[in-house]
Amino acid sequence: MTQTPTDTLAARPALPWIRLDGPEPFVEGRLCKVCGARTAEVHLACPACGARDSIETYRAPTTGRLHAYSIVRRSYPGVPVPFISAIVDLDDGLTLKGNLVQVAPEPEAITIGMPVKMVFGDALGRTDKDGASYVAFFFEPSA
Amino acid sequence: MSENIYILGIDMLKFGKYPDRTFAQLGGEAALLALDDAGLGVHDVQAMYCGSVFGAYDMTGQRVMREIGQTGIPVTNISNACATGASAFREAWIAVKSGLYDVVLAVGVEKTPRGMLGGHHEGGISPEGLFGSASMPAVFAESGMEHAGMYGTTFEQFAKVSVKNHHHSTMNPKAVYQKETPLEEVMGSEMIAYPNTKLMCSVNVDGAAAAVVVSEKKAREMGLGRAIRVMASALASDPWNPRNPIMPDVNGCTRLAAASAYEQAGIDPGDVSLVELHDCFATAELLHYENLRLCGLGEAGRLIDEGVTALGGRVPVNVSGGLLSKGHPLGATGIANMYEVALHLRGEAGARQVQGAKVGLTHVVGLGTAAAVHLFEKA
Repeated sequence: MTQTPTDTLAARPALPWIRLDGPEPFVEGRLCKVCGARTAEVHLACPACGARDSIETYRAPTTGRLHAYSIVRRSYPGVPVPFISAIVDLDDGLTLKGNLVQVAPEPEAITIGMPVKMVFGDALGRTDKDGASYVAFFFEPSA
Repeated sequence: MSENIYILGIDMLKFGKYPDRTFAQLGGEAALLALDDAGLGVHDVQAMYCGSVFGAYDMTGQRVMREIGQTGIPVTNISNACATGASAFREAWIAVKSGLYDVVLAVGVEKTPRGMLGGHHEGGISPEGLFGSASMPAVFAESGMEHAGMYGTTFEQFAKVSVKNHHHSTMNPKAVYQKETPLEEVMGSEMIAYPNTKLMCSVNVDGAAAAVVVSEKKAREMGLGRAIRVMASALASDPWNPRNPIMPDVNGCTRLAAASAYEQAGIDPGDVSLVELHDCFATAELLHYENLRLCGLGEAGRLIDEGVTALGGRVPVNVSGGLLSKGHPLGATGIANMYEVALHLRGEAGARQVQGAKVGLTHVVGLGTAAAVHLFEKA
């Protein structure tokens, strides 16, 4: 991942479920011990079964498969295009959305079901009003 | 409790751009047209529900009453994303069904901002283009590609939806566009979010529609001549799905609402004569053929290929032109769909009349998520 200069603010997670307090960044998943549902977001109770106090957190795997995608050629003003918006099912069943990178933005280059891996890196140079940089995840094809 | 509930009057404004008109003026005009259609006046109305997305925080319903007559009746404002108009209608149906009122007015009105909807974020950095896209064309493209991954549905099949609905709109003077768009033009127009090209995205317009919902007693008093019976009113939110909301799910809630509607009406999908469904993007229409059980899972591509859902086919879909060509003023869309179905059931749809129409289905789905399905028949 991109080195953060020591004279600037520490990089922040670009999503609440990206954890930067380990040796390597990772996604923290949430598993319901009652029904087995997995989510990234934090809820008051399990959204699948309604159980309370049933959630345990875990380190999500970094490999999965492409479930669906779109090649985005026009987005909101100022957003660089094209990019591939990808829905990925990780190997444990947790679903995440991210950019699919290292692939040409053409339908012929993309196969639904293709194996992908999650990589972490700087959030495309985006900074907030404090000047802080952010850490994001991306997906790239895995052999 | 009233057993049967009817639409006695219903109408809509031509969808388009009305920069010089307020929400209240647009909604008020639709309300007066619907009252005229019912043969009733503002003093007959006992309660009113007003649906609007971009006017939701501005007491739009009360402002509409200032345009048409401030009688002091209860007014409730409704916002439920793209299911807003249908939700306002359903509240009116519930109010009459409960036996509290005999005449209730439902209005859907919208002035839609220009450009691609959404994109606002608070604090931190924008996630758009960093964690994929949350734009509507991309979200619905992904839903379409999920279908493509499961069943082999093609870009061309999705594009054919747009060809069909634009063709239908050439016969609808209240559609914002009345223009044929051949397949090459649809597939060759600007790619917004593959596989949705610009001509496969619905049109952001302004508009209003209104319906007068009445009890059996009132309908019989006024005469059932042009009355439309509400066979079913169903609303569902998104049930748990492991990918939702990372991947917004428009299928689960549509299926729930459809199952409830068919059960309420005691009919099968095969009994439906025409459908106005939520084609916010061309990719979405094919998913809803299956969600509404017009065909089996994986058969939607074949349906569009074989013309089953075109005017003249077994179950014409979006003969109004749909959101793709009639236009999609969010809060007005749900009631406008019902207006279209009512025209056909009354035999008043002109060149695009679905011959022998007996039962009409309307569907909308708003991301977040809310799906409404209604079934209607001629009284």
